[in-house]
Amino acid sequence: MADERDVERVHFCVPDVKSRVTQSHLISAGGAIRAFKAVMNKKVEKAFALIRPPGHHAQRVVYGDRGFCIINIEAVMLERIRQEYGDLRVAIVDTDCHHGDGTQDIYWNDKDTLFISFHQDGRTLYPGTGFIDEFGGPGAYGYNINIPLPPATGEEGFLYVLDNVVLPILDEYKPDIIINSAGQDNHYTDPITHMNFTAQGYAELNKRLNPNIAVLEGGYSIEGALPYINLGIILAMAGIDYSKVHEPGYDREKLKQSRDITEYVKKVAEIVYNRWKDRDNLYIKDIRGKDYVQRQRQVYYDTDNIMEYQTQNFKVCKKCSGVNTIDSRSDTGYHIFGITIPRDACSSCIDEGYRLYKYALNKYTSVYLQDRVNDKYLAK
Amino acid sequence: MIVGIDMGGTNIDGVVIDEGKIIKTIKRPTDRNDLLGTIWTTFKDLLTGYDKTKIKRINLSTTICTNAIVEGKTSSVGMIIEPGPGMPYDFLACGEKNLFISGYIDHRGNIVKDLNIAEIKDGCKLFKEKDIEAFAVVSKFSTRNPEHERRIKEALEKEFSQDETPIITMGHTMSGKLNFPRRVYTSYLNSAVYKSFKEFAINIKSSMEREGIQAPVFILKADGGTMNLDKAEEKPVETILSGPAASFMGISALLPTEEDAVLLDIGGTTTDIFFLADGVPLFEPLGIKIDKYKTLVRAIYTSSIGLGGDSAISIENKNIKIGPKREGKPYGLGGPKPTPTDAMIFLGLMDGDKERAQKAMTLLGEKMNMEPKKMAKLILAKMGDMIKSKVDTILGEINSKPVYTIKELLYGKKIEPKMINLIGGPAKILAPILEERFKLPTHYPANYEVANAVGAALARPTTEITLHADTSKGRLSVPELELYEKISSRFTLNQAREKALELVKESAKNLGATEEELDAEITEESSFNMVRGFYTTGKDIRVKAQIKPGLIHQIRSDKNA
Ligand SMILES: [Zn+2]
Ligand SMILES: [Zn+2]
Repeated sequence: MADERDVERVHFCVPDVKSRVTQSHLISAGGAIRAFKAVMNKKVEKAFALIRPPGHHAQRVVYGDRGFCIINIEAVMLERIRQEYGDLRVAIVDTDCHHGDGTQDIYWNDKDTLFISFHQDGRTLYPGTGFIDEFGGPGAYGYNINIPLPPATGEEGFLYVLDNVVLPILDEYKPDIIINSAGQDNHYTDPITHMNFTAQGYAELNKRLNPNIAVLEGGYSIEGALPYINLGIILAMAGIDYSKVHEPGYDREKLKQSRDITEYVKKVAEIVYNRWKDRDNLYIKDIRGKDYVQRQRQVYYDTDNIMEYQTQNFKVCKKCSGVNTIDSRSDTGYHIFGITIPRDACSSCIDEGYRLYKYALNKYTSVYLQDRVNDKYLAK
Repeated sequence: MIVGIDMGGTNIDGVVIDEGKIIKTIKRPTDRNDLLGTIWTTFKDLLTGYDKTKIKRINLSTTICTNAIVEGKTSSVGMIIEPGPGMPYDFLACGEKNLFISGYIDHRGNIVKDLNIAEIKDGCKLFKEKDIEAFAVVSKFSTRNPEHERRIKEALEKEFSQDETPIITMGHTMSGKLNFPRRVYTSYLNSAVYKSFKEFAINIKSSMEREGIQAPVFILKADGGTMNLDKAEEKPVETILSGPAASFMGISALLPTEEDAVLLDIGGTTTDIFFLADGVPLFEPLGIKIDKYKTLVRAIYTSSIGLGGDSAISIENKNIKIGPKREGKPYGLGGPKPTPTDAMIFLGLMDGDKERAQKAMTLLGEKMNMEPKKMAKLILAKMGDMIKSKVDTILGEINSKPVYTIKELLYGKKIEPKMINLIGGPAKILAPILEERFKLPTHYPANYEVANAVGAALARPTTEITLHADTSKGRLSVPELELYEKISSRFTLNQAREKALELVKESAKNLGATEEELDAEITEESSFNMVRGFYTTGKDIRVKAQIKPGLIHQIRSDKNA
């Protein structure tokens, strides 16, 4: 089981961890941590954490439930592992049909955690984000990669993106660990999405991606898809033949994607890959010369019907990825201020973090400090 | 009077128990070439001088099926397997001839693809060519819907109607637990040993009749319970490896406890290790491994080490090595190699040829530059170390094993033994050594040498059922009882519990249990909503019930006498 500290390492829970997080979440994250440890301790080569509830919509600030997520399981898992085993270069590949906006938010400014999400285009599906220009904070510009795909994308499209964008980027990034955020709602029978992916496709994707760890995310076609996809992923990860895994009524011909979609997906892939290649120039153009980068957002908690308004402020620091803050207000009456001192913070960023905490204005209902360097978490 | 007989690989032990007292015990060597004869003479000698009409029941632990497997005397089995989609299935081929057929049933019992009877007919030609003697039929998820297995069985019966009724095991009757590969292997083994057991049962019945004995005969199972002879004929696979269960029940009967404990049976070739958690035996989570097959046969958890009184001892690089093999009798009894028994004889702890035993110790001692006496003591100490280290390893594994339910995760119990209870030939001699090693009180009962037969005698019928209710389909199933019936969409977990308890009691009665032995309990239960699209369509209710393994009664035995 995970504990409160594991959650605090990643989230600002408002008002506190106890009031937002249930035992199920701690068990779920605990399961993922255990799977990751088994890999780190070389007890197993790879692991698939089949856990519920999922987490990829949970962002840094947590007022409640978003898209069935309260805490970000992968992030809680990964930060705990980093705390115990030291720094790791990690790539998280999110194959859920919904944009992994929570994971994106948490690793927005972290160059050591490359986040790649492919998902149904945000203009057609919750949470309405995940566009190509969401490219990361000043400390990790280019290390947040979104690949929005059109509805009805099938095996061909997913595997094209994998082969032509994801794998080449991973080749260059050279992560120590690859995590698959393994949502299964791209399936053609999923009742809340509109994609045409299959159990065979998921298995093939995992074979080619070859993640060290997979963590279960969303998936709502309980009878017609999940048993088959999960089995496909497990067999693929274990290197066992999965050619006999077919869901009832599977018909390869019927699920073939149209030529329009194939062309569209190719275009998206090209743009995304070119932006990755060009990330240093884009940094010069978009970031260089600034002392701070601000990001203003509204975040909607669909499950709990809460609206949040936040301003994130990232220091552009030459020595580290930079201390950063969140000023967040919700329509449930909270107004909080969160300060994050990142894992690689330089001494002046650490000092600035503590100064900000000490002199925070009285208008806030709570002020939080995440000191990742010393693994210390304060609140007042 | 209750008669208990435990047939082991080397010895056969028998006891007669009357009004809670052991009134006669017997121990003789097993004649592997005439198992039935061995049982029968033991039985006769045991009862000489007693009134046979007073026997209330006869409990028998037998190695008939184990022997058939070890000696390769099993029937040839034709397997018909319906694997459905999923993993590659060639690893399931365990019969002499294996037929994989199309068609499939999903995890909720829906028939997704129908059977193709023509495939089975074609397969039967191959079976006939190979002179297959028995069959096993297994379709994936047959516990959820046995229709395909039943229809395949009918088809087989039709094809082989000219012969005597063919032996056919259907997978869903073996266990209600889900696990397809284990179900396949369990069904295979059941058919493979069916004939051997059947012959044995017929012989027992006719011998009993000849001797005018009317008492019911029960056969011991690997879970420490019994079943009557008729049921054992249907499921002979459950009689395999009942020996350790007999020992376990014996220790429990003679040294009852409600605490965590390590139970040891130290024999001639092996030491069997068992565990009690709050006085309740630890079971194999899914089932026991028989030969090379993992099965669904319920069994008491046992771990064995190749260490016993007759284990061969050698010295390698100034280190004592005991076991894992037995290379014949102890040196002191005319065997080829020094053994722990020689050490015990030499130290005067056991009867035997002291001179030869001394020679054995001297031989070993020379290689270690050690006096024979010191050598002998070192051997016993080494046995204690080996047992301790094995127990510690297993406890570590058990206490860190993955948990399967949230409840286990939250309330997970760790086993912390409070005592060591042991039986077997060297029990008395090793007790003080083990006590010192484990720093735990160590007990052995007065009748430690025949404790296994006592265990066999006092075991009572056990059974387990798995009830599954799917309220959206309006269907209830209990595969172990071949029960499939309609239920209302409002069927509740409470009703399921009641039904399960009622059914498990009824099932135990069919195994020969008496009214006072029906100690039924629910062992697992769950109920969750099923969702299709956006709507809850019903409940999936699962309840497991068992008749607790237990004893007809305990026997007050003197401790460490
Ligand atoms: Zn999703
Ligand atoms: Zn800095």
